[in-house]
Amino acid sequence: MMEFLILYIEFFKAGLFAVGGGLATLPFLKAMIGTHTWFTAEELTNMIAISESTPGPMGVNMATFAGFHAGGVIGSLIATLGLISPSIIIIIIVSKILDKFRSSKTVQNAFYALRPASAGLIIGAMFDVFLMALFNLDYWKVDMVKFFNVPAILIFIGACVCIWKWDKVHPICFIIAGAVLGVVFGL
Amino acid sequence: MLLQMLSKKKKSCPNRVQDKKESEEGRLKELLELYWAFFQVGIMTFGGGYAMLPMLQRVVVNEKKWATEEEIMDYYAIGQVTPGVIAVNTATFIGYKQKNILGGIFATFGVVSPSLLIIMALAGIIGQFSDLAVVQHAFNGIRIVVCALVAKAVIGMIKKGVKDILTLLICIAAFVAVGIFQVSPIPLVIICCLLGILTKGGEVRKQ
Repeated sequence: MMEFLILYIEFFKAGLFAVGGGLATLPFLKAMIGTHTWFTAEELTNMIAISESTPGPMGVNMATFAGFHAGGVIGSLIATLGLISPSIIIIIIVSKILDKFRSSKTVQNAFYALRPASAGLIIGAMFDVFLMALFNLDYWKVDMVKFFNVPAILIFIGACVCIWKWDKVHPICFIIAGAVLGVVFGL
Repeated sequence: MLLQMLSKKKKSCPNRVQDKKESEEGRLKELLELYWAFFQVGIMTFGGGYAMLPMLQRVVVNEKKWATEEEIMDYYAIGQVTPGVIAVNTATFIGYKQKNILGGIFATFGVVSPSLLIIMALAGIIGQFSDLAVVQHAFNGIRIVVCALVAKAVIGMIKKGVKDILTLLICIAAFVAVGIFQVSPIPLVIICCLLGILTKGGEVRKQ
């Protein structure tokens, strides 16, 4: 029971402070790894892939998935409810003062600083996942040749080129290609 | 079954009560209509909140005529500048405009229902197979592609958000604090919010 209350509060906080949509919930999920045992950093990355490949808004998908890891079906429901609660409260307040809110200098000023912060937070959240995916960290300074995970780095460069070149192609196509290459190279 | 019961009741009721019953029934029907409309929007939204816009225009503007094209863009903009998931914010907003607080809640539950159903089913299945070597290799490959996808999304955000030296410093500081020192993102969001308001950065940029 207590566990579910904590789950609700944690996702309520994520919903309240994640600004900018999409990946904005990621830094908050990442912060949960340090304090709770609901999921690991690797599982979080898998979650991003699954959220990108399934219908539904990404933040909600990620909350549902994380909640499921934390406490099954009820965990999913509670985490999602926690994530959307602040939205419902805030939107109802904002829609009462819509015109003031829209032209508010204070809101514009706050977002001037929040937009770059949101980008920085996401890079921060992905930083060690990125290192783990592309380098064999155990070989650092021991064997610098083995340190570089060459097939992984090549796939990453290839993926970047393809994603930038074909930006109309759905991410699910790249994700499937990644899965096939992972199996082929035995990553 | 429920509807049959309701209609039988209606026949035996005197006029005034009948009107009330009918309006209640109509209200529930409208709320369910909101739920279903946003269920469709939710199921067609792949990825982030930006993906929902075309579907929102089709269902809410063209089919249901709940809002005009301009209003949708406004609601969507509000959804972006309020905390939380953009799709959820936009759904709450339109539902609230349509049928008040209950409308907001029904629309929001509609937009999250497909996610809940699909992800819960998937999470159950993946748990069964995650120990297989093939599945692990596949996820290792997927992880690399996810890094590239996130890189693209973040570069887009940087292009929109980093306008001058202060915003560049904020971006780097947020990265260092969370990525290297493992600081909680919540105080950072609050500090940035205050920093933006105090420096009036949004106004300077506009002039």
